[in-house]
Amino acid sequence: MKAVITVIGKDTVGILAKVSTICARFQANVVDVNQTVMQDLFAMVMLVEMDKHNTDLSVLRSELEAMGAENALQIHVMHEDIFNSMHRI
Amino acid sequence: MLNTNDILETIQMIQDENLDIRTITMGISLLDCIDSDIDKACEKVYQKIVSKAKNLVKVGEEIEREYGIPIINKRISVTPIAIVSATSKGDPVKFALALERAATDCGVNFIGGYSALVQKGFSAGDEELIRSIPRALRVTEHVCASVNVGSTKTGINLDACKLMGQIIRETSEQTEDRSCIGAAKLVVFCNAPEDNPFMAGAFHGVGEPDCIINVGVSGPGVVRAALAKAPNASISEVADIIKKTAFKITRMGQLVGTQAGKRLKVPFGIVDLSLAPTPAVGDSVAHILEEIGLEKCGTHGTTATLAMLNDAVKKGGVMASSRVGGLSGAFIPVTEDAGMIDAARCGSLSLEKLEAMTAVCSVGLDMIVVPGDTPADTLAAIIADEAAIGMVNSKTTAVRLIPAIGLNEGEELDFGGLLGYGPIMKINYHSPSKFINRGGQIPAPMQSLKN
Repeated sequence: MKAVITVIGKDTVGILAKVSTICARFQANVVDVNQTVMQDLFAMVMLVEMDKHNTDLSVLRSELEAMGAENALQIHVMHEDIFNSMHRI
Repeated sequence: MLNTNDILETIQMIQDENLDIRTITMGISLLDCIDSDIDKACEKVYQKIVSKAKNLVKVGEEIEREYGIPIINKRISVTPIAIVSATSKGDPVKFALALERAATDCGVNFIGGYSALVQKGFSAGDEELIRSIPRALRVTEHVCASVNVGSTKTGINLDACKLMGQIIRETSEQTEDRSCIGAAKLVVFCNAPEDNPFMAGAFHGVGEPDCIINVGVSGPGVVRAALAKAPNASISEVADIIKKTAFKITRMGQLVGTQAGKRLKVPFGIVDLSLAPTPAVGDSVAHILEEIGLEKCGTHGTTATLAMLNDAVKKGGVMASSRVGGLSGAFIPVTEDAGMIDAARCGSLSLEKLEAMTAVCSVGLDMIVVPGDTPADTLAAIIADEAAIGMVNSKTTAVRLIPAIGLNEGEELDFGGLLGYGPIMKINYHSPSKFINRGGQIPAPMQSLKN
Protein backbone atom coordinates (compact mmCIF):
# COMPACT_ATOMS: atom_id res chain seq x y z
CA MET A 1 0.00 0.00 0.00
CA LYS A 2 1.01 3.61 -0.47
CA ALA A 3 0.52 6.54 1.86
CA VAL A 4 0.75 10.28 1.34
CA ILE A 5 2.63 12.32 3.92
CA THR A 6 2.19 16.08 3.92
CA VAL A 7 4.34 18.45 5.93
CA ILE A 8 3.64 22.16 6.30
CA GLY A 9 5.44 24.60 8.57
CA LYS A 10 8.22 27.13 9.01
CA ASP A 11 11.28 26.21 6.96
CA THR A 12 14.17 24.96 9.09
CA VAL A 13 17.21 22.78 8.54
CA GLY A 14 16.63 19.04 8.39
CA ILE A 15 12.86 18.65 8.00
CA LEU A 16 13.19 16.24 5.09
CA ALA A 17 15.85 14.28 7.00
CA LYS A 18 13.70 13.96 10.11
CA VAL A 19 10.66 12.74 8.16
CA SER A 20 12.61 10.27 6.05
CA THR A 21 14.47 8.89 9.07
CA ILE A 22 11.17 7.94 10.67
CA CYS A 23 9.94 6.48 7.36
CA ALA A 24 13.08 4.37 7.09
CA ARG A 25 12.60 3.06 10.62
CA PHE A 26 9.13 1.85 9.58
CA GLN A 27 10.38 0.23 6.35
CA ALA A 28 8.45 2.80 4.34
CA ASN A 29 10.13 3.41 0.99
CA VAL A 30 9.95 6.98 -0.34
CA VAL A 31 8.64 6.78 -3.92
CA ASP A 32 8.18 10.45 -4.71
CA VAL A 33 8.78 13.79 -3.06
CA ASN A 34 7.49 17.19 -4.04
CA GLN A 35 8.55 20.16 -1.98
CA THR A 36 8.37 23.90 -2.24
CA VAL A 37 9.34 26.79 -0.03
CA MET A 38 6.99 29.73 -0.36
CA GLN A 39 8.64 32.74 1.33
CA ASP A 40 9.56 31.01 4.58
CA LEU A 41 6.76 28.41 4.56
CA PHE A 42 7.88 24.88 3.88
CA ALA A 43 5.41 22.56 2.12
CA MET A 44 6.22 18.98 1.25
CA VAL A 45 4.18 16.11 -0.15
CA MET A 46 5.76 12.68 0.02
CA LEU A 47 4.52 9.38 -1.38
CA VAL A 48 5.77 6.33 0.51
CA GLU A 49 5.26 2.66 -0.15
CA MET A 50 5.14 0.05 2.57
CA ASP A 51 4.18 -3.50 3.29
CA LYS A 52 0.91 -3.56 5.17
CA HIS A 53 2.04 -6.57 7.19
CA ASN A 54 5.28 -5.02 8.43
CA THR A 55 4.14 -1.48 9.03
CA ASP A 56 1.27 -0.25 11.13
CA LEU A 57 0.11 2.95 9.46
CA SER A 58 -1.45 4.31 12.63
CA VAL A 59 1.84 3.94 14.57
CA LEU A 60 3.78 5.61 11.76
CA ARG A 61 1.20 8.39 11.77
CA SER A 62 1.42 9.00 15.50
CA GLU A 63 5.24 9.04 15.44
CA LEU A 64 5.29 11.56 12.61
CA GLU A 65 2.63 13.71 14.22
CA ALA A 66 4.54 13.71 17.49
CA MET A 67 7.70 14.77 15.68
CA GLY A 68 5.68 17.47 13.89
CA ALA A 69 4.31 18.81 17.15
CA GLU A 70 7.84 19.09 18.59
CA ASN A 71 9.06 21.04 15.55
CA ALA A 72 5.99 23.23 14.97
CA LEU A 73 5.11 21.37 11.76
CA GLN A 74 1.71 20.16 10.61
CA ILE A 75 2.11 16.58 9.46
CA HIS A 76 -0.66 14.39 8.02
CA VAL A 77 -0.40 10.79 6.93
CA MET A 78 -3.18 9.37 4.80
CA HIS A 79 -3.87 6.31 2.70
CA GLU A 80 -3.33 6.94 -1.02
CA ASP A 81 -6.74 5.46 -1.89
CA ILE A 82 -8.55 8.47 -0.47
CA PHE A 83 -6.94 10.83 -2.94
CA ASN A 84 -7.33 8.41 -5.82
CA SER A 85 -11.02 7.92 -5.20
CA MET A 86 -11.71 11.60 -4.58
CA HIS A 87 -9.81 13.15 -7.45
CA ARG A 88 -9.78 10.52 -10.18
CA ILE A 89 -12.71 9.18 -12.09
CA MET B 1 2.03 11.39 -8.82
CA LEU B 2 -1.10 12.93 -7.41
CA ASN B 3 -1.56 16.64 -7.78
CA THR B 4 -0.30 18.54 -4.71
CA ASN B 5 -3.28 20.88 -4.74
CA ASP B 6 -5.72 17.97 -4.71
CA ILE B 7 -3.90 16.45 -1.75
CA LEU B 8 -3.91 19.69 0.21
CA GLU B 9 -7.59 20.23 -0.63
CA THR B 10 -8.56 16.84 0.79
CA ILE B 11 -6.54 17.38 3.95
CA GLN B 12 -8.12 20.77 4.46
CA MET B 13 -11.59 19.29 4.00
CA ILE B 14 -10.99 16.80 6.79
CA GLN B 15 -8.96 18.99 9.15
CA ASP B 16 -10.74 22.32 8.91
CA GLU B 17 -14.08 21.78 7.23
CA ASN B 18 -15.46 18.84 9.24
CA LEU B 19 -15.62 16.35 6.37
CA ASP B 20 -16.41 13.00 7.89
CA ILE B 21 -18.33 9.81 7.48
CA ARG B 22 -21.37 10.36 9.66
CA THR B 23 -22.27 6.73 9.97
CA ILE B 24 -21.65 3.17 8.92
CA THR B 25 -24.95 1.43 9.48
CA MET B 26 -25.32 -2.33 9.36
CA GLY B 27 -28.78 -3.49 8.32
CA ILE B 28 -29.74 -6.85 9.79
CA SER B 29 -32.84 -8.85 8.93
CA LEU B 30 -34.64 -10.35 11.92
CA LEU B 31 -37.20 -12.28 9.89
CA ASP B 32 -35.60 -15.59 10.94
CA CYS B 33 -35.95 -14.66 14.63
CA ILE B 34 -39.75 -14.81 14.71
CA ASP B 35 -41.05 -17.14 17.42
CA SER B 36 -44.40 -17.62 19.13
CA ASP B 37 -42.60 -17.48 22.50
CA ILE B 38 -41.63 -13.86 23.09
CA ASP B 39 -38.64 -14.66 25.31
CA LYS B 40 -37.23 -17.09 22.75
CA ALA B 41 -37.79 -14.51 20.01
CA CYS B 42 -35.94 -11.83 22.01
CA GLU B 43 -33.01 -14.17 22.64
CA LYS B 44 -32.84 -15.00 18.92
CA VAL B 45 -32.90 -11.28 18.10
CA TYR B 46 -30.04 -10.62 20.51
CA GLN B 47 -27.97 -13.54 19.20
CA LYS B 48 -28.51 -12.64 15.55
CA ILE B 49 -27.53 -8.99 16.01
CA VAL B 50 -24.46 -9.78 18.08
CA SER B 51 -23.29 -12.49 15.69
CA LYS B 52 -23.53 -10.15 12.70
CA ALA B 53 -22.38 -6.88 14.25
CA LYS B 54 -19.79 -7.89 16.84
CA ASN B 55 -16.96 -6.60 14.65
CA LEU B 56 -18.73 -3.53 13.29
CA VAL B 57 -17.19 -1.04 15.70
CA LYS B 58 -13.74 -2.66 15.48
CA VAL B 59 -13.73 -2.57 11.67
CA GLY B 60 -15.06 1.00 11.69
CA GLU B 61 -12.22 2.13 13.92
CA GLU B 62 -9.71 0.17 11.82
CA ILE B 63 -10.81 1.99 8.66
CA GLU B 64 -10.77 5.28 10.53
CA ARG B 65 -7.15 4.71 11.55
CA GLU B 66 -5.94 3.34 8.27
CA TYR B 67 -7.48 5.99 6.05
CA GLY B 68 -7.39 8.91 8.43
CA ILE B 69 -11.08 9.72 7.93
CA PRO B 70 -13.22 10.27 11.02
CA ILE B 71 -16.19 7.89 11.21
CA ILE B 72 -18.45 9.50 13.78
CA ASN B 73 -21.07 6.80 14.41
CA LYS B 74 -21.44 3.06 13.99
CA ARG B 75 -25.07 2.00 13.97
CA ILE B 76 -27.39 -0.94 13.43
CA SER B 77 -30.79 -1.03 11.76
CA VAL B 78 -33.12 -4.01 11.99
CA THR B 79 -36.35 -5.32 10.48
CA PRO B 80 -39.33 -3.32 11.84
CA ILE B 81 -40.00 -4.96 15.19
CA ALA B 82 -43.79 -4.88 14.64
CA ILE B 83 -43.26 -7.56 11.95
CA VAL B 84 -41.05 -9.68 14.22
CA SER B 85 -43.29 -9.32 17.28
CA ALA B 86 -46.58 -10.02 15.48
CA THR B 87 -46.62 -13.76 16.26
CA SER B 88 -45.31 -13.50 19.81
CA LYS B 89 -47.87 -12.37 22.33
CA GLY B 90 -46.65 -10.24 25.19
CA ASP B 91 -45.07 -6.89 25.91
CA PRO B 92 -43.14 -5.57 22.87
CA VAL B 93 -40.87 -3.58 25.21
CA LYS B 94 -39.02 -6.88 25.75
CA PHE B 95 -37.80 -6.54 22.16
CA ALA B 96 -36.63 -3.00 22.87
CA LEU B 97 -34.62 -4.31 25.82
CA ALA B 98 -33.12 -7.07 23.65
CA LEU B 99 -32.12 -4.45 21.06
CA GLU B 100 -30.63 -2.27 23.80
CA ARG B 101 -28.61 -5.19 25.18
CA ALA B 102 -27.33 -6.05 21.69
CA ALA B 103 -26.43 -2.41 20.97
CA THR B 104 -24.53 -2.08 24.24
CA ASP B 105 -22.64 -5.33 23.71
CA CYS B 106 -21.70 -4.39 20.14
CA GLY B 107 -20.67 -0.90 21.27
CA VAL B 108 -22.71 0.92 18.61
CA ASN B 109 -24.08 4.44 19.01
CA PHE B 110 -27.68 3.75 17.96
CA ILE B 111 -29.92 0.88 16.95
CA GLY B 112 -32.96 1.64 14.81
CA GLY B 113 -35.97 -0.43 13.90
CA TYR B 114 -38.41 -0.27 16.79
CA SER B 115 -40.82 0.47 14.00
CA ALA B 116 -44.18 -0.21 12.45
CA LEU B 117 -45.42 0.34 8.89
CA VAL B 118 -49.08 1.34 9.05
CA GLN B 119 -49.62 3.49 5.96
CA LYS B 120 -52.77 1.62 5.03
CA GLY B 121 -53.92 0.32 8.40
CA PHE B 122 -52.85 -1.57 11.49
CA SER B 123 -52.11 -5.29 11.29
CA ALA B 124 -51.52 -7.65 14.22
CA GLY B 125 -48.95 -6.26 16.61
CA ASP B 126 -48.70 -2.81 14.99
CA GLU B 127 -50.87 -0.88 17.40
CA GLU B 128 -49.45 -2.67 20.44
CA LEU B 129 -45.94 -1.81 19.34
CA ILE B 130 -46.79 1.83 18.66
CA ARG B 131 -48.45 2.20 22.05
CA SER B 132 -45.35 0.75 23.71
CA ILE B 133 -42.96 3.29 22.10
CA PRO B 134 -43.02 5.80 25.00
CA ARG B 135 -42.09 3.10 27.51
CA ALA B 136 -39.54 1.51 25.18
CA LEU B 137 -37.75 4.84 24.68
CA ARG B 138 -37.82 5.54 28.42
CA VAL B 139 -36.12 2.30 29.43
CA THR B 140 -33.51 2.29 26.64
CA GLU B 141 -30.76 4.65 25.55
CA HIS B 142 -29.71 3.48 22.10
CA VAL B 143 -33.00 2.35 20.60
CA CYS B 144 -34.69 4.52 17.96
CA ALA B 145 -38.29 4.18 16.85
CA SER B 146 -40.13 5.10 13.68
CA VAL B 147 -43.62 4.73 12.25
CA ASN B 148 -44.62 5.07 8.60
CA VAL B 149 -48.10 6.61 8.41
CA GLY B 150 -48.43 7.35 4.70
CA SER B 151 -47.13 6.77 1.20
CA THR B 152 -47.79 7.98 -2.34
CA LYS B 153 -49.15 4.53 -3.20
CA THR B 154 -51.53 4.20 -0.25
CA GLY B 155 -52.43 7.67 0.95
CA ILE B 156 -52.30 8.73 4.59
CA ASN B 157 -53.60 6.77 7.55
CA LEU B 158 -55.26 9.52 9.57
CA ASP B 159 -55.92 7.23 12.53
CA ALA B 160 -52.19 6.58 12.71
CA CYS B 161 -51.48 10.34 12.54
CA LYS B 162 -53.82 10.88 15.46
CA LEU B 163 -52.25 8.07 17.46
CA MET B 164 -48.73 9.35 16.75
CA GLY B 165 -49.67 12.83 18.00
CA GLN B 166 -50.49 11.23 21.35
CA ILE B 167 -47.44 8.96 21.28
CA ILE B 168 -45.03 11.84 20.63
CA ARG B 169 -46.46 13.76 23.61
CA GLU B 170 -46.36 10.72 25.83
CA THR B 171 -42.78 9.88 24.81
CA SER B 172 -41.71 13.40 25.69
CA GLU B 173 -43.50 13.21 29.04
CA GLN B 174 -41.91 9.87 29.89
CA THR B 175 -38.41 11.29 29.35
CA GLU B 176 -39.05 14.77 30.80
CA ASP B 177 -36.20 14.23 33.27
CA ARG B 178 -33.77 13.71 30.35
CA SER B 179 -34.63 16.85 28.28
CA CYS B 180 -37.55 14.96 26.65
CA ILE B 181 -34.92 13.03 24.66
CA GLY B 182 -37.29 10.16 23.90
CA ALA B 183 -39.11 12.27 21.30
CA ALA B 184 -35.78 13.02 19.58
CA LYS B 185 -35.47 9.29 18.87
CA LEU B 186 -38.93 8.92 17.35
CA VAL B 187 -39.70 9.70 13.70
CA VAL B 188 -43.02 9.63 11.86
CA PHE B 189 -42.58 9.00 8.13
CA CYS B 190 -44.39 9.23 4.85
CA ASN B 191 -42.70 7.13 2.11
CA ALA B 192 -40.08 5.78 4.53
CA PRO B 193 -36.96 4.45 2.73
CA GLU B 194 -35.93 0.87 3.54
CA ASP B 195 -32.17 1.37 3.36
CA ASN B 196 -31.70 4.59 5.31
CA PRO B 197 -28.50 4.67 7.40
CA PHE B 198 -29.48 7.81 9.33
CA MET B 199 -31.16 7.83 12.73
CA ALA B 200 -33.68 8.03 14.19
CA GLY B 201 -35.55 6.72 11.15
CA ALA B 202 -33.34 3.81 10.11
CA PHE B 203 -34.86 0.36 9.76
CA HIS B 204 -34.02 -2.64 7.62
CA GLY B 205 -36.75 -3.14 5.01
CA VAL B 206 -38.21 -6.56 4.30
CA GLY B 207 -36.99 -6.45 0.69
CA GLU B 208 -33.39 -6.05 1.81
CA PRO B 209 -30.83 -8.89 2.00
CA ASP B 210 -30.01 -10.68 5.27
CA CYS B 211 -27.24 -8.28 6.22
CA ILE B 212 -25.89 -5.18 4.49
CA ILE B 213 -23.70 -2.13 5.04
CA ASN B 214 -25.02 1.37 4.29
CA VAL B 215 -23.02 4.56 4.63
CA GLY B 216 -24.03 8.15 5.32
CA VAL B 217 -21.60 11.01 4.66
CA SER B 218 -21.58 14.51 6.04
CA GLY B 219 -20.03 17.59 4.54
CA PRO B 220 -21.91 20.89 4.84
CA GLY B 221 -18.70 22.64 5.94
CA VAL B 222 -16.88 21.52 2.80
CA VAL B 223 -19.63 22.84 0.51
CA ARG B 224 -19.70 26.15 2.31
CA ALA B 225 -15.92 26.55 2.12
CA ALA B 226 -15.99 25.77 -1.62
CA LEU B 227 -18.67 28.42 -2.16
CA ALA B 228 -16.75 30.98 -0.10
CA LYS B 229 -14.00 30.83 -2.74
CA ALA B 230 -16.45 32.06 -5.41
CA PRO B 231 -18.23 35.04 -3.88
CA ASN B 232 -19.35 36.56 -7.19
CA ALA B 233 -20.31 33.47 -9.15
CA SER B 234 -23.73 33.23 -10.80
CA ILE B 235 -26.21 30.76 -9.36
CA SER B 236 -25.52 28.28 -12.18
CA GLU B 237 -21.83 28.37 -11.30
CA VAL B 238 -22.73 27.92 -7.63
CA ALA B 239 -24.74 24.81 -8.53
CA ASP B 240 -21.74 23.52 -10.44
CA ILE B 241 -19.37 24.03 -7.51
CA ILE B 242 -21.78 22.18 -5.21
CA LYS B 243 -22.00 19.30 -7.70
CA LYS B 244 -18.23 18.93 -7.86
CA THR B 245 -17.88 19.08 -4.09
CA ALA B 246 -20.69 16.56 -3.56
CA PHE B 247 -18.94 14.23 -5.98
CA LYS B 248 -15.77 14.27 -3.90
CA ILE B 249 -17.59 13.81 -0.61
CA THR B 250 -19.56 10.88 -1.97
CA ARG B 251 -16.48 9.17 -3.38
CA MET B 252 -15.12 9.01 0.12
CA GLY B 253 -18.38 7.43 1.33
CA GLN B 254 -18.19 4.90 -1.47
CA LEU B 255 -14.59 4.01 -0.54
CA VAL B 256 -15.39 3.55 3.15
CA GLY B 257 -18.56 1.57 2.39
CA THR B 258 -16.78 -0.82 0.04
CA GLN B 259 -13.94 -1.32 2.52
CA ALA B 260 -16.31 -1.90 5.44
CA GLY B 261 -18.34 -4.40 3.40
CA LYS B 262 -15.22 -6.28 2.35
CA ARG B 263 -13.78 -6.48 5.85
CA LEU B 264 -17.05 -7.50 7.48
CA LYS B 265 -17.81 -9.94 4.65
CA VAL B 266 -21.19 -8.32 4.14
CA PRO B 267 -22.47 -6.84 0.87
CA PHE B 268 -22.17 -3.08 0.51
CA GLY B 269 -25.61 -1.51 0.11
CA ILE B 270 -25.82 2.20 -0.57
CA VAL B 271 -24.28 5.58 0.04
CA ASP B 272 -26.81 8.07 1.34
CA LEU B 273 -26.01 11.33 -0.45
CA SER B 274 -26.95 13.62 2.36
CA LEU B 275 -25.52 16.80 3.75
CA ALA B 276 -25.93 16.06 7.43
CA PRO B 277 -25.15 19.00 9.72
CA THR B 278 -23.98 18.92 13.35
CA PRO B 279 -24.22 21.66 15.99
CA ALA B 280 -20.44 22.22 15.61
CA VAL B 281 -19.32 25.52 14.13
CA GLY B 282 -18.69 25.19 10.38
CA ASP B 283 -20.89 22.15 9.88
CA SER B 284 -24.19 23.81 9.03
CA VAL B 285 -26.57 23.58 6.05
CA ALA B 286 -28.09 26.95 7.00
CA HIS B 287 -24.67 28.54 6.64
CA ILE B 288 -24.43 27.23 3.06
CA LEU B 289 -27.68 29.04 2.23
CA GLU B 290 -26.33 32.17 3.92
CA GLU B 291 -23.09 31.84 1.95
CA ILE B 292 -25.16 31.79 -1.25
CA GLY B 293 -26.55 35.16 -0.25
CA LEU B 294 -29.27 35.11 2.39
CA GLU B 295 -28.80 37.41 5.37
CA LYS B 296 -30.37 34.77 7.58
CA CYS B 297 -31.70 31.29 6.86
CA GLY B 298 -35.50 31.32 6.84
CA THR B 299 -35.91 34.59 4.98
CA HIS B 300 -37.48 34.85 1.51
CA GLY B 301 -35.32 32.97 -0.97
CA THR B 302 -34.58 30.12 1.43
CA THR B 303 -36.77 27.61 -0.41
CA ALA B 304 -35.23 28.45 -3.79
CA THR B 305 -31.63 28.19 -2.60
CA LEU B 306 -32.36 24.98 -0.72
CA ALA B 307 -34.02 23.44 -3.78
CA MET B 308 -30.92 24.22 -5.84
CA LEU B 309 -28.58 22.89 -3.13
CA ASN B 310 -30.53 19.67 -2.73
CA ASP B 311 -30.61 19.02 -6.46
CA ALA B 312 -26.94 19.78 -6.99
CA VAL B 313 -25.91 17.47 -4.14
CA LYS B 314 -27.79 14.61 -5.79
CA LYS B 315 -26.43 15.31 -9.26
CA GLY B 316 -22.85 15.37 -8.01
CA GLY B 317 -23.26 12.38 -5.75
CA VAL B 318 -25.07 10.08 -8.10
CA MET B 319 -22.11 9.71 -10.42
CA ALA B 320 -19.70 9.16 -7.55
CA SER B 321 -21.37 6.08 -6.19
CA SER B 322 -22.36 2.79 -7.73
CA ARG B 323 -25.44 2.61 -5.51
CA VAL B 324 -27.30 5.54 -4.08
CA GLY B 325 -30.21 5.27 -1.69
CA GLY B 326 -31.57 6.17 1.71
CA LEU B 327 -32.77 9.72 2.15
CA SER B 328 -30.22 11.41 -0.13
CA GLY B 329 -30.56 15.18 0.04
CA ALA B 330 -29.85 18.07 2.35
CA PHE B 331 -31.01 17.66 5.95
CA ILE B 332 -32.52 20.55 7.88
CA PRO B 333 -32.72 19.38 11.49
CA VAL B 334 -33.14 22.56 13.51
CA THR B 335 -31.43 21.65 16.78
CA GLU B 336 -28.56 19.87 15.01
CA ASP B 337 -27.51 22.84 12.87
CA ALA B 338 -25.78 25.89 14.35
CA GLY B 339 -27.12 28.18 11.58
CA MET B 340 -30.69 26.92 11.97
CA ILE B 341 -30.52 27.40 15.74
CA ASP B 342 -29.41 31.02 15.26
CA ALA B 343 -32.10 31.65 12.65
CA ALA B 344 -34.80 30.19 14.91
CA ARG B 345 -33.56 32.20 17.88
CA CYS B 346 -33.72 35.50 16.05
CA GLY B 347 -37.16 34.74 14.64
CA SER B 348 -36.10 34.48 10.99
CA LEU B 349 -36.96 30.79 10.76
CA SER B 350 -40.54 29.76 11.49
CA LEU B 351 -42.32 26.42 11.51
CA GLU B 352 -44.31 27.45 8.41
CA LYS B 353 -41.12 28.28 6.48
CA LEU B 354 -39.58 24.98 7.53
CA GLU B 355 -42.63 23.21 6.18
CA ALA B 356 -42.17 24.91 2.81
CA MET B 357 -38.49 23.96 2.84
CA THR B 358 -39.34 20.30 3.36
CA ALA B 359 -41.13 20.26 0.01
CA VAL B 360 -37.80 20.72 -1.79
CA CYS B 361 -35.25 18.87 0.33
CA SER B 362 -34.91 15.51 1.98
CA VAL B 363 -36.61 14.49 5.21
CA GLY B 364 -38.96 16.98 6.80
CA LEU B 365 -39.79 18.78 10.02
CA ASP B 366 -36.77 17.48 11.84
CA MET B 367 -35.65 18.09 15.42
CA ILE B 368 -38.01 20.96 16.11
CA VAL B 369 -38.77 21.86 19.71
CA VAL B 370 -42.39 22.92 20.25
CA PRO B 371 -44.06 24.28 23.42
CA GLY B 372 -44.77 21.76 26.17
CA ASP B 373 -48.50 22.48 26.08
CA THR B 374 -48.89 21.67 22.34
CA PRO B 375 -52.06 19.51 22.13
CA ALA B 376 -51.72 15.97 20.73
CA ASP B 377 -54.20 16.79 17.96
CA THR B 378 -52.05 19.70 16.81
CA LEU B 379 -49.02 17.40 16.66
CA ALA B 380 -51.16 14.94 14.66
CA ALA B 381 -52.19 17.68 12.24
CA ILE B 382 -48.56 18.75 11.75
CA ILE B 383 -47.78 15.10 10.93
CA ALA B 384 -50.70 14.97 8.46
CA ASP B 385 -49.56 18.20 6.75
CA GLU B 386 -46.02 16.94 6.38
CA ALA B 387 -47.14 13.50 5.19
CA ALA B 388 -49.31 15.22 2.57
CA ILE B 389 -46.25 17.01 1.17
CA GLY B 390 -44.44 13.68 0.91
CA MET B 391 -47.42 11.86 -0.54
CA VAL B 392 -48.14 14.36 -3.30
CA ASN B 393 -44.49 14.93 -4.23
CA SER B 394 -43.56 11.22 -4.17
CA LYS B 395 -40.78 11.89 -1.70
CA THR B 396 -39.86 10.95 1.83
CA THR B 397 -41.02 13.31 4.52
CA ALA B 398 -40.70 12.87 8.24
CA VAL B 399 -41.68 14.56 11.46
CA ARG B 400 -39.50 14.58 14.54
CA LEU B 401 -40.99 17.07 16.98
CA ILE B 402 -40.04 17.42 20.62
CA PRO B 403 -42.73 18.88 22.88
CA ALA B 404 -40.65 20.51 25.66
CA ILE B 405 -42.71 19.45 28.65
CA GLY B 406 -42.94 22.22 31.24
CA LEU B 407 -41.32 24.82 28.99
CA ASN B 408 -42.79 27.52 26.80
CA GLU B 409 -42.04 29.66 23.76
CA GLY B 410 -38.78 31.54 24.08
CA GLU B 411 -37.12 28.96 26.35
CA GLU B 412 -34.55 26.41 25.12
CA LEU B 413 -33.99 22.67 25.33
CA ASP B 414 -30.52 21.05 25.27
CA PHE B 415 -29.96 17.37 24.39
CA GLY B 416 -26.17 17.47 24.15
CA GLY B 417 -24.04 15.64 21.57
CA LEU B 418 -25.10 15.27 17.94
CA LEU B 419 -28.74 15.97 18.80
CA GLY B 420 -27.85 19.53 19.76
CA TYR B 421 -30.02 22.19 21.37
CA GLY B 422 -32.59 24.72 20.26
CA PRO B 423 -35.24 27.30 21.06
CA ILE B 424 -38.90 26.41 21.37
CA MET B 425 -40.71 27.43 18.19
CA LYS B 426 -44.04 29.15 17.89
CA ILE B 427 -46.99 27.04 16.81
CA ASN B 428 -50.49 27.86 15.61
CA TYR B 429 -52.92 27.18 18.47
CA HIS B 430 -56.14 27.14 16.41
CA SER B 431 -57.52 23.65 16.83
CA PRO B 432 -57.48 21.02 14.05
CA SER B 433 -59.22 18.51 16.38
CA LYS B 434 -62.35 17.98 14.35
CA PHE B 435 -60.34 17.09 11.22
CA ILE B 436 -58.01 14.73 13.11
CA ASN B 437 -60.88 12.98 14.92
CA ARG B 438 -62.70 12.20 11.69
CA GLY B 439 -60.25 9.30 11.32
CA GLY B 440 -60.02 7.08 8.24
CA GLN B 441 -57.65 7.19 5.30
CA ILE B 442 -56.74 10.12 3.06
CA PRO B 443 -56.99 8.45 -0.38
CA ALA B 444 -53.87 8.00 -2.47
CA PRO B 445 -53.35 10.85 -4.95
CA MET B 446 -53.44 10.61 -8.75
CA GLN B 447 -49.63 10.31 -8.65
CA SER B 448 -50.07 6.76 -7.32
CA LEU B 449 -51.71 5.58 -10.55
CA LYS B 450 -48.58 5.22 -12.64
CA ASN B 451 -49.13 1.72 -14.00
